Amino acid sequence: MANLPQLFPTPVSVIVALGQLLVAPGPPGMAWAGELMGNTLISLWRVIVGFALAAVTGVFLGVIIGWWRNARDLLEPVIEILRPIPPLAWIPLAMLWFGLGFKPAVFLIWLGAFFPILANTVLGMENTPHKLIEVARTLGAGPWQILFKVGVPSAAPSIMAGLRIGIGIGWMCLVAAELTGSNSGLGYMIMYYYSTMEASKTVAGMLMIGIAGYLMFIGLKKLEDKILFWKAA
Amino acid sequence: MSGRKLIIDGVGKTFMEKRGGTSTVALRDFSLSIGDGEFVCLVGPSGCGKTTLLKLVAGLEHASLGAIYIDGKPVTSPGPDRGLVFQDFALFPWRDVIGNVAFGPEVLEVPPAERLQIAERCIQLVGLSGIGHKYPSELSGGMKQRVAIARALANNPGVLLMDEPFGSLDAQTRNLMQNELLRIWYDNKKAVVFVTHSVEEAVYLANRVVVMTGSPGSVKQIFPVELSYPRSRTDHSFISLREKITRCMAEECR
Repeated sequence: MANLPQLFPTPVSVIVALGQLLVAPGPPGMAWAGELMGNTLISLWRVIVGFALAAVTGVFLGVIIGWWRNARDLLEPVIEILRPIPPLAWIPLAMLWFGLGFKPAVFLIWLGAFFPILANTVLGMENTPHKLIEVARTLGAGPWQILFKVGVPSAAPSIMAGLRIGIGIGWMCLVAAELTGSNSGLGYMIMYYYSTMEASKTVAGMLMIGIAGYLMFIGLKKLEDKILFWKAA
Repeated sequence: MSGRKLIIDGVGKTFMEKRGGTSTVALRDFSLSIGDGEFVCLVGPSGCGKTTLLKLVAGLEHASLGAIYIDGKPVTSPGPDRGLVFQDFALFPWRDVIGNVAFGPEVLEVPPAERLQIAERCIQLVGLSGIGHKYPSELSGGMKQRVAIARALANNPGVLLMDEPFGSLDAQTRNLMQNELLRIWYDNKKAVVFVTHSVEEAVYLANRVVVMTGSPGSVKQIFPVELSYPRSRTDHSFISLREKITRCMAEECR
């Protein structure tokens, strides 16, 4: 405890650290962006790719499982066994399979975001009001029209809730993946300044993780309001 | 039997319980034939299978016994020749009024311009012009039910099936909607099968009132209503018919 200010940074020292990180040269290949923004962009890109994969696969499988009983009986046992395994428990395997950097991070984000997206999509599809399906049938809709014009839009609020939860968990998984299996990104950055015992820079990195996560959340909320405008009023 | 639009011939419906293997008979030997452009009201005690009967005619359920014919053709599945209106409207909340009304033509792959035209016309028909871009959450109960009726009319069905459509509306809106429905019916000459709890509503609207027996449901008695439209609820003959039908129904409720 020789150097308390170094371990418990003051607000001023964090702001100073933010300034230093902004101007310091960025990670390999992104020197132009500065250390802070370069690592933020790298992290964001990983999250966007992992989350997009999770959204596509989660919604796709969720629609199938939530709509057809047979698909549910077939796939649910596998999913229910995989789901309780925390994404972090996959880190060793992810590094064995994918090495370091972009790929294992994307894999972990996908894994973390996939299950809440899947579960919420299934729930939304299953809760499609029976009356709406009946009305659609009497109006002449066929099975595929009922799926896409009644089931999916009716599940949209639940799907959006799943995406919102998914991006939050994806962001956590990203930081976890970067702490161990990476040499760039915000998670790596805060871990690096742990090893040099520069707590003010670690805190500055944490602050950036919070801000970026918040901005993504806001963005998704905006998108949700746009898609689910009919729920307002 | 010329002009028989809808024939329900000896229909029975038995529901099998999923567990325990017990079964419930909802309808037994129900027969009724309805003329083109005729307005028929079904009344009867709760749980007598009125809704089940409508679902059978709509093709949403299959009869266990007997058969149902529309224009002489047996009903095997739902089809745009029969429009269904539920008590709780069952509007698509993510579609605006036009989108809801145009749903039928849309799934039948009517070209966009034409389906928009159809929707506009049906919206006008139910007296809702100008609110085509509102969403169901922005509408009152009466307006929602008008949209549901317009949606059912958009496929130009020969038969309109209505399951207690005004049951959840307040008394004033209900009276208004009854008159609106009569106007729409008069202008379009659809056969209407209208399920209701209210004998007064039945006598006010129908050419014939069908009283059903308690569970399992079948036809107990049919009352022709020979009063001219528009009817007066305080008219002596109106009241005496209403009382007659009410007494007939009360026997079933004992």
